[in-house]
Formats: sequence, structure tokens, C-alpha cells
Amino acid sequence: MKRRNFLKNITAGVAVPSLIGGFGVKAYANSPFSPLFNALTTDTDHVLVMIQLSGGNDGLNTVVPIDQYAKLAIGRPEVILPEASILPLTGTNKVGLHPALGGLRELYDEGQLRIVQNVGYPNPNLSHFRATDIWMSGSDSDEYLPSGWAGRYLSYEYPNFPNGYPNNDMPHPLAIEIGSAMSMSLMGTQTGMGFVISNPDEFYNLLAGVQSQAPNTPAGEQLAYVRQIAQQSRTYAQTIVNASGTVTQQQTYPETELAAKLKIVARLIAGGLKTRMYVVNIDGFDTHDSQVDPDNHTIGEHANLLQELGDAIRAFTKDLKFLGIDDRVSGMTFSEFGRRIVSNFSGGTDHGEAAPMFLFGKPIAGGITGKNPLIPSNPTEYDNLDMEFDFRSVYGTILRDWFCVPETDVPDILLHDHAYLDLYQSNISCISTATHQANQSAGRSLLDCSPNPFTTNLQIVYRTDGGPTTVQILDASGKVIATPAHGIMGRGEYMVSFSGSSLPAGTYFCRVLNGMQHQTKTVVKVGNN
Amino acid sequence: MSHKDRRSFLMPHRRPKQDQIRLTGQLAIEQPAMLQRVAALEAARAAAPPNSGLTPYSGPWTRTETIHLLRRCLFGATAADVHYFSALTLDQAVDQLLDTTYTPPAPPVNDYNGADVTDPDIAFGDTWIDAFYNIDVEGYRIESLRGWWLRRMMTSERNIREKMVLFWHNHIPVLFAEVFSGVLLYRYQNTLRENALGNFKDLTRAITIDPAMLFFLNGNANSVFAPDENYAREIQELFVIGKDLPQHYTEDDVKAAARLLTGWRIGTDFNTYFDPNQHDKQDKQFSSFYGNRLIKGKAGVAGGATELDEFLDMLFDHPEAARFVCRKLYRFFVYHNIDAQTEQNVIEPLAQIFRDNNYDIVPVLSALLKSEHFFDQLNRGAVIKSPIDQVVGFYRQMGVTFPGAADLTDTLYLSYVTNFVLAEMLQTPGDPPNVAGWQAYYQQPVYDKLWINSSTLPRRGQINEFLVFVGLYGANNVAKADVLAFTESLNNPGDPDLMLAEVHELLLGLPVASSVVNYHKAVLLSNLPSAYYWTLAWEAYLANPTDPIIRGEVENRLKILYHVIIQTEEYQLA
Repeated sequence: MKRRNFLKNITAGVAVPSLIGGFGVKAYANSPFSPLFNALTTDTDHVLVMIQLSGGNDGLNTVVPIDQYAKLAIGRPEVILPEASILPLTGTNKVGLHPALGGLRELYDEGQLRIVQNVGYPNPNLSHFRATDIWMSGSDSDEYLPSGWAGRYLSYEYPNFPNGYPNNDMPHPLAIEIGSAMSMSLMGTQTGMGFVISNPDEFYNLLAGVQSQAPNTPAGEQLAYVRQIAQQSRTYAQTIVNASGTVTQQQTYPETELAAKLKIVARLIAGGLKTRMYVVNIDGFDTHDSQVDPDNHTIGEHANLLQELGDAIRAFTKDLKFLGIDDRVSGMTFSEFGRRIVSNFSGGTDHGEAAPMFLFGKPIAGGITGKNPLIPSNPTEYDNLDMEFDFRSVYGTILRDWFCVPETDVPDILLHDHAYLDLYQSNISCISTATHQANQSAGRSLLDCSPNPFTTNLQIVYRTDGGPTTVQILDASGKVIATPAHGIMGRGEYMVSFSGSSLPAGTYFCRVLNGMQHQTKTVVKVGNN
Repeated sequence: MSHKDRRSFLMPHRRPKQDQIRLTGQLAIEQPAMLQRVAALEAARAAAPPNSGLTPYSGPWTRTETIHLLRRCLFGATAADVHYFSALTLDQAVDQLLDTTYTPPAPPVNDYNGADVTDPDIAFGDTWIDAFYNIDVEGYRIESLRGWWLRRMMTSERNIREKMVLFWHNHIPVLFAEVFSGVLLYRYQNTLRENALGNFKDLTRAITIDPAMLFFLNGNANSVFAPDENYAREIQELFVIGKDLPQHYTEDDVKAAARLLTGWRIGTDFNTYFDPNQHDKQDKQFSSFYGNRLIKGKAGVAGGATELDEFLDMLFDHPEAARFVCRKLYRFFVYHNIDAQTEQNVIEPLAQIFRDNNYDIVPVLSALLKSEHFFDQLNRGAVIKSPIDQVVGFYRQMGVTFPGAADLTDTLYLSYVTNFVLAEMLQTPGDPPNVAGWQAYYQQPVYDKLWINSSTLPRRGQINEFLVFVGLYGANNVAKADVLAFTESLNNPGDPDLMLAEVHELLLGLPVASSVVNYHKAVLLSNLPSAYYWTLAWEAYLANPTDPIIRGEVENRLKILYHVIIQTEEYQLA
């Protein structure tokens, strides 16, 4: 039985708690302070940590194809690593790591690191912004998607979010982003699914209750007041502070920004947050020049970045083990693109195409996926690395094997269908069906669309707190294609049916809007066309 | 369907029941800290009060000053507004804002006919402002009017009139849900709009015998046989004299005024007339507060009007009348707290100007808005925006528009949704909590802090988020923040540093720290170090504005950026 079908049966019987009423925000704003929400989770929920390497990481100097060394030396003399400096990996003499990645080599040797070679997508885009959006949304090169892949997964798992959140089943943010600019990957179908801690300082301020200085003027006094209320109404702040406070001992981390962020992530997971995804960022990979020290290619900007990356991940995995949560956490690195084979006279490299990804953590099956890239004999600036694996294969595998999404549902989330890879250990236990069920009905459902998948008619049951209410059908790009119900309505539950017989098969969204509340659910049209 | 049922879809919270309870509960928690802070600030201000007065401001007149002026006089300042006013001198700018040229707007029309209701007398698209009263459609007309008013604010010309309509509505309100006649309410609105920059004494006279007010405060039922003191009290307590002085009007003054105001009635044509038979023709003796003025009782049709004029003369002869209204103007346009220094340096001379000009409004506003006190650093950014100011300002700045005549039904619906949201933020245009107006404009010592509590603050953020990421949907139209047009309207949208400086200046009431600027820059640049990448993307968009991929690339970043900026607390200040 498809999980989705069986969920439908469950949700039909679930009563909407009446106490939420029209004041969802207010009613729940206080509840995180209740003891209920401070209980530590004993859950085995899986957590994904995404590390974004902003700027486009030079894959060829990160995971070095040793068997191509001679051709690389011709193509990129300004940045090539001395062959002897390349860190060998156990079990292969063809692939080595940058000498600054000693931390990752240790992980590899322990079987906790998987390298996926040559990840990309067809017709790569070399603009930072566009390429970042492609990676975060999971779109094709020539397709515009307004939501993020991770956000769509969270919408799938917690379909009622943010209505009636936080709640007992999910008292914590679904995802937390630390020190990154708010990224697109956590955008759900219509709403942001992530909680942003804009920088580690802010996090510590949050813990210490420190507020930044407002000027000593009438305006400053007004500002301080608004901030005080803002602090009180930040729904998740107190739960995060509480979770963090329960962890008193951690392993040592290097004194770098990325390490500081990962240290917070470890602390929050160990502190009991049920948050499923964390996004952190390390920037500076856009190394057009001065990528290496001209006199010693093993040091320089790129080496510093990789050192920070490898050491931080190493410290993080040790800490996860120390905290006893290493079974629950896996991580991945990604960058919007790799860099060119040939180097610049200024000691750097230009934007490129395919590049390797790292997956790390105890649940990961260590090893290497894919082959070394083939470097042309006399590479020119027109030569790029071809993709071997689509990045959405990695996402799909994470969804299927780590978040236990049934394979049939993965394309509904990714909006694309790609092959799967072997990245995780084979003995991964999934979250219990009961937990998944609870996630599905957690919060307040404002609409149910059935049957799902549908072939002709869709029956939409929606709930409004009264006032302006609209029910819409949207296509995968977010465009409204039908408005089955619209008007000023009394509080209550309504039903409307929508005939989708003329629609092409594919993914669609039902959406209800009521004042400032809104909820979107995914439905799939099959057959018939 | 009963009368009650017909009203049930009117804007919620017309009486501050549930929210009032929550607000009170909130205050119980928040007030001690808040009061301490207010006390500390007031002590600090008392130690070093702003010495500035009504001397014309002669300091720098830059974009910063222009924006400060426009924020207070318009709803939000758009880049185009700033550009326009920056080219003028300060005097020219204020004169333009106070321009009294008045072109009456096209009246509201039947935009409500549809599945729910059909007006038997007025065709779709025709105006209903002279329609017969019809209990079955009045509620629809009222929402039609409320939406019309909202759109007057959204499409306001570059002058202060619509801000003054809101000021007067707060100062001398009638409640839409109480009066419950579209025609009367439209006329009341019209009176405010026509007189917004006219003469306060004339406005007071017009409102005193305005049919909506006669209905709202029972003037219509005030008769020699059963005097009703409702309006007689409020005109003294709330509209003209106030209770700021330790000695004020007496209960006998209220009784005398009530008797004086007997006889005004609303005719079947919904116009006011005077019925001498209902009028108390005895003399009216007022207290020493009014210099023991005696107003002789008069008979005949003209008697009531003459007595009313003499009564208004008496009120406006009292020196407190000018002070009282000047204080309210000050709180609305400058800052909520009036200390002794401000009273002496600003209020008193302003009141003198008011009296010297026989209660013409423009000279007072002109002196205030051109003064060094208005531009005093201590007064900048010191106002917490009212919900209307925040929402309408956001609409204007971000180009949120409705289809208008092209789709009346959707226009009404989108207006309704906006007013619905304003109601949730505790400020429904047309329905303040009571005749005293919104508490935030008068409740000592907290004043405009009352707009912000842990229920309203998230909502204030939500509406903007909603408009940026989702949009308000009619059946055929969507009203959304146009982040691209907003960005294009800036002087240097391709340069992240200059662009952010301009956006911060336009959207935030106070400058933000460099760490915040850097964070916002990182958001725009997706953490890339080089500003050049944004420039490139922006130029690509300008060259290919319709390409969905290229457009999406800049639009995604702008949406997130503006979302982040309007979540900063400084956004709540003006």
C-alpha cells in the first residue's frame, strides 16, 4: 500500500483541535514555553546537514584524478598541486585529496566519507546566481522553479506547516539555517520552511538574552520596545535556547567560522531539536585569481578554505559520536559549479561545470561513486568536465534512503525523475510509520484534496476561519490555473470539487488562502491523458 | 435574513472585544518594562530636552530630510516621490504637500453585485451615493465605501490630504458599523475630505450637523422633551476642548450644550434639517470656564443655527481649543510625548498661529512642517507606524495595485482582504474602537506602542511576506509586491552598496549598523564576495526583462532581500 493512500484514511478521522481557532499564531506562540515542548526527543529522526560552498569549488584541486596528472599539469600549471603532496586514499591509487583535506581523508579511511564524482546537470549555467538557484530548486537548466528541493520535501513530510506549528509532534523548526543568507533550498511550495539564525553571534546573543544597542534617542526607545516584543514573539527562540542549554560538553572544534556553525548544529541536535535539516555556508570559493600561493601551490586561499572545511567536518563527526547522535546525522557538501580545467595567469581558475560532492557521516557508505574525469591532452579554456551524475540523483537518493520517502513519491518532490545511487549503508532504519503519520497530520489542516493521485475529479475539503477565502489549483511552476472557490465565507468547513480531466498528467498544487493564512498541498494527476 | 445577519460579514473586530482582551492581557506582561523605559526616556529628555521650536528649519535639506517629511505626510515614500520632492526647496515641498487644490474623487460605485447580492436600485458600475436606504445591501455599500477609501489612500496624490482625512477620522469619528448607511457614511467621508485642509471651526460645524454624526451620537434624538448629552459632551471632551487642563468644562456645560443642540434632525432625503418644535428655546448659561457666557434661546427655523454658531464661537474663543487640536496634530505628525519644553516651544506658538488665522489648518501645518523642531534629530524615526500607515505605505512603495475599473469585483475583494488584514492589526478604517478614536493616538503614556504586541507584530510581518511571496488573489487578478519595479525605481539598482543604502533609507525608520548592511548584502549576493555578480545579473535582466529564467534570477534574490529588510524592527518606525 502506498503510504499516501493509507495516510488519507488516517487524516479523515483526525479532528482539528478547536482551541487553535482563528488565532493560530497567538495560541501557539506561548506553547513552546510549556514543559511539553521542552521534553527531549528520543526520536530516531534523521537529520541532513547541508554545507554550501559558495562561489564554485575547484573540484580538480579538491578530489584530484591522479591518473590524469600529466594532462592537468599541462592545462593548469598555475594551480596544479605537486603530485607528492596529494593525499592518497586507502584502496585506490587513482584518486587523491588536496593536502589540506587531511580531516576528510581520516573520515574516508574510517568509511564515513563518500565522494561522488562529476556531479552536474545537462546544459550547465555558469552564472553564480542562476546555478545556485538550479542547485537549490532542483530545476533543469532551462526551467524556472520558485521553490527549493529541501523545502518541497519538508512540505511533503509536514503538509500543514506552518498552520498550527509548532505543535507536539513538531515543536521545533523544520529546518535551521545558520550564518547563511536565507537560501532558496528551504523555500516550500508557498512558504519558507526554515528558521534563520543570521550569524553565530546572534545565536549566542539569543542564548545570553543580549540585545544590540538601540540609540539613546526617542526613536531608539521605540526601537528597543519593538525589539523586546519581537524577541517575545519569535516563536522558536526559546525552544532553541532551551535545547542548546541542555548540552554542556562538546568536543574541541577549530576556531573557524564554519566550525563554529557546525558546533551549534551538533549542539542543537544533541539538545533534542527534532529539526530535520540544517544549512550552513562557507563562502570564498570563487577563486578566479590567487587560488594558490604562486611559490607553493599547496597553500593559499583555496587551501585555507579546504582546511576549514575538512577540519570542521572532522571535528563535527567526532563530536556527533561523542554526543551519541552519529547514527542520526549525515551531511553533504555542494557548490553551484566546479571550475575550469585550465588555470589563469593570475593563479586562479574560471567558472566550470561538473564537480565532486562529499557525503559524510556514520550512516554513509564510504567510498567513491563514479570515475575520474577525463582530461583532454591539451586542454583549452573551452574544455570543461562532463557530468557523470545528475545532482538530483543525489537528492533523490537522500530522500529515498535517508528520509525514507517511497521511491514512487520521490519524483513528486523533486519534480524530476533521476536514477538512484548507492550512498548510504544498507542497514539504515527508517522513521517509524507512526512518526510519519503524526507528521502528516501535525498542525492544522486547512485543506485535504482527494483522491491523490487523481485522474478526473478532485474533491477539495477546506476550512476557513471566516472572511476572504480562496481555493486555487496551481501547476508545478506556481501558476494559478483554476479557482474552484472564492468569496467571503463564514467560518467552517466546505467542500468543492474540481474537474481536472483536461489537465496533462503531472504534479499540481491545491492551495487555500484565508486572510493571511494559507496552505498548499501537492496532488498528482495520473493517466487519462 | 435578519438585520443582524446582514451585518455579520462586515469587517470583524469592529468592537475591540477579543483583541481588546488580548491587548489588555499583553499589557499586563509588557507594561512594567515598557513603563520603566518610557519613564527613563522621559527623564532623559527632561534633562536634555529638544530646544528646537517653530523657527524655520535652515539645516541641510537632503534626501534624508525629504524622506522624513514625506513619511509623515504621505503613506510611505516611494523613490519617485523622493526624487520629485528633492528637486524642490523645503518651503516648496511643504507648500506642495499642503496644496489645497481639491478635485473631488470619482464616487464609489456598485462593485458588489454578484452571487451574494443584487442591489435592486443601483446597476453594477453605477454610483450608489444617492441610493435609497436598503437594509439588505447597506453592508455591501459600506464595504464598498471602505474599499474606496482604502484606494484613495493607496493612490493618494503628492499631498497631505489623505493623511489628514485619517487624522480627522480619528479625531471626529463616526463608526461605520454603527451608522450602517452607505449614503450617510459617504457624505461624512466627503465632509472630512473636503474640509481636510480647510478651517477647523467650519469642519466642526459641518460635522456637528452631519447626518452620520447626528445618528452616531444621538443628535437626531436630542429634543427639548428628552435632551441627549452624548454629542454635547464629546464635542467638548474629545473634539474641541479636551480634558488636558486641570479645570475644564463642567457637567452643567454639557447639559446646557445638549439643550442648545436640540432640534437637528435627519430628513427622509438623508439631509439634515432643523425642527424648531424639538428645540429648547430657553437661554443656556455656561460656566466660568467659558467666562459665564450666556447664549440666548432663540425661536424659529434659524434659531438653532444661530445658537450653534454662538456656541462654536464660545468654544473656539477658549484658548485651550487651539492648543488641544495642536497637541493632537503634534502627536500624529511628530512624536507622542509632549513635555513642558515642547508645550512651550511648539504647542503654544502653534496654537497662537491657529487662533491668529481663525482656525485655518494650513498655516498651522505649514509652520510645524517647516520648523526646526520637526526636523530635530530627536524626532526622526520616533513614530511607530500605524497599521494603515504600514500597509498602505508598503502598497505604495512596492507597487501593490488593484485592477480598478477593469475588474470592479476583484477590486472590491482585494480591498476587502486588505481591510480584513488591517482589522487583525487593530486598525480598521471606518471602525475605530469608539468615539475617542484609536487608543494609540491618545492613551498615555504608551501611545503608538499600543500598535505593537506579540500578536500584532508577527501579523505586521506576515502581510508583507504574503505580498512578496504569495500575493492577494481575486478571482482573476493578483495584487503582489512588484519587487522588480521597486528596484528599477531606485537610482542605482545595479550597485549593491548604493542600492542597499537607498532601500534602507526608504524602508527603515532608522539607519542600521554596518553588520546588518553586510548581512543584507550577503543575502543579495548569495554570499558571493563580488558585487559585480549582482551588477551582471541586474544588467542581464534589464536587457531581457521578459526572460523567465533571467528574471527569476534577480527576482528570487530581491524577494528574499526585501523580506529580510522588512522584518527588521527599524521597519516599524517612521
